[in-house]
Amino acid sequence: MGIFETLILILDSTVRLAIPLMFAALAGLYSERSGIFDIGLEGKMLAAAFAGAAAAAVYGSAWIGLFFAIVVSTFLALVHGFASITHRGNQIVSGVAINFIAAGTTIILGQAWFRQGGRTPALSAEGSRFTAIELPFAEAVRDVPVLGLVYSELISGHSILVYLAFAAVPFTWWVLFRTRFGLRLRAVGENPGAVDTAGISVTWLRYRAVMCTGILCGFAGAYLAVAQNAGFVKDMTAGKGFIALAALIFAKWKPVPVMFACLLFGFLDAVAIRFAGIDIGLFEVPPQFMQSLPYILTVVLLAGFIGKAIPPKAGGQPYVKER
Amino acid sequence: MSPDNCCGGAAHQTAFSGWIQAIKMLGFGNFEAWISATDGNRMAPYAIELTGINKSFGPVHANKNINLAVHKGTIHGIIGENGAGKSTLMSILYGFYQADSGQIEVDGKPVTINTPNDAIAMGIGMVHQHFMLVENFTVLENVMLGAEGAQLISGSITKARQELKHLEEEYALQVDTDAIIEELPVGLQQRVEILKALYRGAEILILDEPTGVLTPAEADHLFRILEQLKEQGKTIVLITHKLREIMAVTDNVSVMRQGEMVATRKTSETSVEELAELMVGRRVLLRVEKGEAKPGDVKLSVENLTVKDSRGVVMVDNVSFDVRAGEIVGIAGVAGNGQSQMIEAIAGIRRAETGRVLLDGEPIGVTGEADPFMLRKRGMAHVPEDRHHMGLVLQFEENENSILGYHGDDEYVNGPMLDIDGIRSDAREKIEKYDIRPPNCRLKTANFSGGNQQKIVLAREMEQDPTVLIVGQPTRGVDVGAIEFIHKRIIEMRDAGKAVLLVSVELDEIRSLADRILVMFAGRVVGERGPDATEGELGLLMAGVEGEPTKEAAE
Repeated sequence: MGIFETLILILDSTVRLAIPLMFAALAGLYSERSGIFDIGLEGKMLAAAFAGAAAAAVYGSAWIGLFFAIVVSTFLALVHGFASITHRGNQIVSGVAINFIAAGTTIILGQAWFRQGGRTPALSAEGSRFTAIELPFAEAVRDVPVLGLVYSELISGHSILVYLAFAAVPFTWWVLFRTRFGLRLRAVGENPGAVDTAGISVTWLRYRAVMCTGILCGFAGAYLAVAQNAGFVKDMTAGKGFIALAALIFAKWKPVPVMFACLLFGFLDAVAIRFAGIDIGLFEVPPQFMQSLPYILTVVLLAGFIGKAIPPKAGGQPYVKER
Repeated sequence: MSPDNCCGGAAHQTAFSGWIQAIKMLGFGNFEAWISATDGNRMAPYAIELTGINKSFGPVHANKNINLAVHKGTIHGIIGENGAGKSTLMSILYGFYQADSGQIEVDGKPVTINTPNDAIAMGIGMVHQHFMLVENFTVLENVMLGAEGAQLISGSITKARQELKHLEEEYALQVDTDAIIEELPVGLQQRVEILKALYRGAEILILDEPTGVLTPAEADHLFRILEQLKEQGKTIVLITHKLREIMAVTDNVSVMRQGEMVATRKTSETSVEELAELMVGRRVLLRVEKGEAKPGDVKLSVENLTVKDSRGVVMVDNVSFDVRAGEIVGIAGVAGNGQSQMIEAIAGIRRAETGRVLLDGEPIGVTGEADPFMLRKRGMAHVPEDRHHMGLVLQFEENENSILGYHGDDEYVNGPMLDIDGIRSDAREKIEKYDIRPPNCRLKTANFSGGNQQKIVLAREMEQDPTVLIVGQPTRGVDVGAIEFIHKRIIEMRDAGKAVLLVSVELDEIRSLADRILVMFAGRVVGERGPDATEGELGLLMAGVEGEPTKEAAE
């Protein structure tokens, strides 16, 4: 296989690996732009993956799986909202709690319901998984040099959720910068006082933001368990929620840079999988090193290679009306 | 007033959009005549009438049975000390809080205002003391926020741009609509706040302490804008604690004290002295009595001091001056022109880049090893600008704060332990001497009022008998009664032969206390004047305009 084919294959798996990050990072973007820090992306994603896989297995439908994934994730997002908006609790503590709850509950319920050691049954039935969509003419143009392979391998042949994730990027940009809701969302994360005195409810606005977060985390979880894999495995998010958070900061809370940041992390992951144990002549690079590369990069990037990332000014602080 | 009158007013008052307003203006004369025909007792309708307003926060009775009537088309001042309940009252009017009891009438019509939205719909706009602006938004976005109209903002942007242009022309409120707020000077930011209110169709404008952050020239400009708004028929409520502003710009003035409305006067029929007395409840000396300064040797000498802030921006640029024993040197300037960084460097809290500072002729190592603890031992006392963050630990008891920074001194320790009894009896002496109220050294410091907290800091620093006293913003957030006391103490320190360096953004304070005035602008000392310098002259220097002031420029 030539270098070009290898590259295409790596990019193809880059896309697959970046999708959950993109959903989760965009999810975090809504919440954090409204001034609610959300460290619980990981937990919501995990719970959504479990709910999606379980529902898809029971009802035999990927769409019902997605629906339950969104419902469960939104519920957890509302719990976070209830703690941090209504009760002005510490947003980090609430987020961590959600991560723990999700990690524990998914295993317990999985064992209780399916008795497969915390797994859900493999999704083998027709329609119980989101499968690859062949775009028109994908086979026909396969032999066209360069572009043919790009179209048939890289662009075509993904599940519907992949296309939705890429559509969610411009959509989020449009919501944020072209709608009234977006204007207010950005404002409430910077100065909730300005929003309150303008006669807009800070509470309701922030609740709507965390609901957006819940919905998108639902997509992320459903993608993991019902599209990328055929079922739920315990701890299957494996820190993706945190990587997504890193990508969000790396992208300075802007939708389009979020997409590129997630693709970068996905690319590193793809490289690590492809070249797990590569021999560079002198010695063999241990696979563990390749696997830890994305995380090392995260630390390096966040440690200051991205310039100053200025978070939304009111982030993390509960809003209290001042006298 | 008769009930049918109220309903008539209601019909007129539902008008708030631009063109309806125009119709209303045309019919305005008739409306007036009609009112006086139906109700002979009333001269003109009140824009706002509050009757028997009460509001408590827990045990604190912030507003006690307040009555207030504001005539339409006038500027009405509300003065009172900090904590007198002015802001609470206005927050009730703006729907931030709900009154426990009482009635609000707007244009003769009884209303309930539950949210700021209700207030906005009734034509009430508010300019907050701390601007309610989104700093990284443009002027246009800030003005639109909450009044966008449609779900998509592209149409609203066009509409807002036109409307803003119209407002700017009508009221001479020029501002670049696409500028980012945080890049605008505070005077312009405030203008954006006013535009925000007008954009929402405000007929009644409430301004809460609007001049606190402005230079004298900016404040004068603001007053001209207010006059102009008044001419256009708007009603303005101005909340302030500065008597001079009340006298300069208002038609009527109401005085609040301890949650009560104690008096309402026509401004032309009252005086600064009377208002001050009403505010405090006793006679106050507004002019500080002080004799000639008798300057002695140089005690504090600052030479070519340059200081950068945490971002690496030069905040103090090659500043040199001397302070002699027995004189007060005042540093005037608009907040943020390097005064804070300068006194922090002199006090050893912030490291300077270059330059020297000599205390009693000996360098203090301002670029390196200066350390506030050693400086205190060598006789430099420092009253920081921000008593909450640097001067006090609010969660501590009063007696603990009264030794902070001197807690290692022999008189407060007993071997390795603190001498608790000694500390408390010392604190009680200071409470007595500085009239700190309530006189309880075991009370948590957060529970003292601003003025009394400041006295705790002053007592701690002054009673150490320093040779050099650095005082930052001694009366910020302090009420008139305490100001008088604090000023007297600072003069006493001078007369006792101390070298006093006073930094304040209150020009009146600098002018009445200082024997020499240095003006800082953009990190440099741009001028030195005597205590007889006029406000206009200093104001120009503060705005960065150098040279001899001319008459028109002083405006």
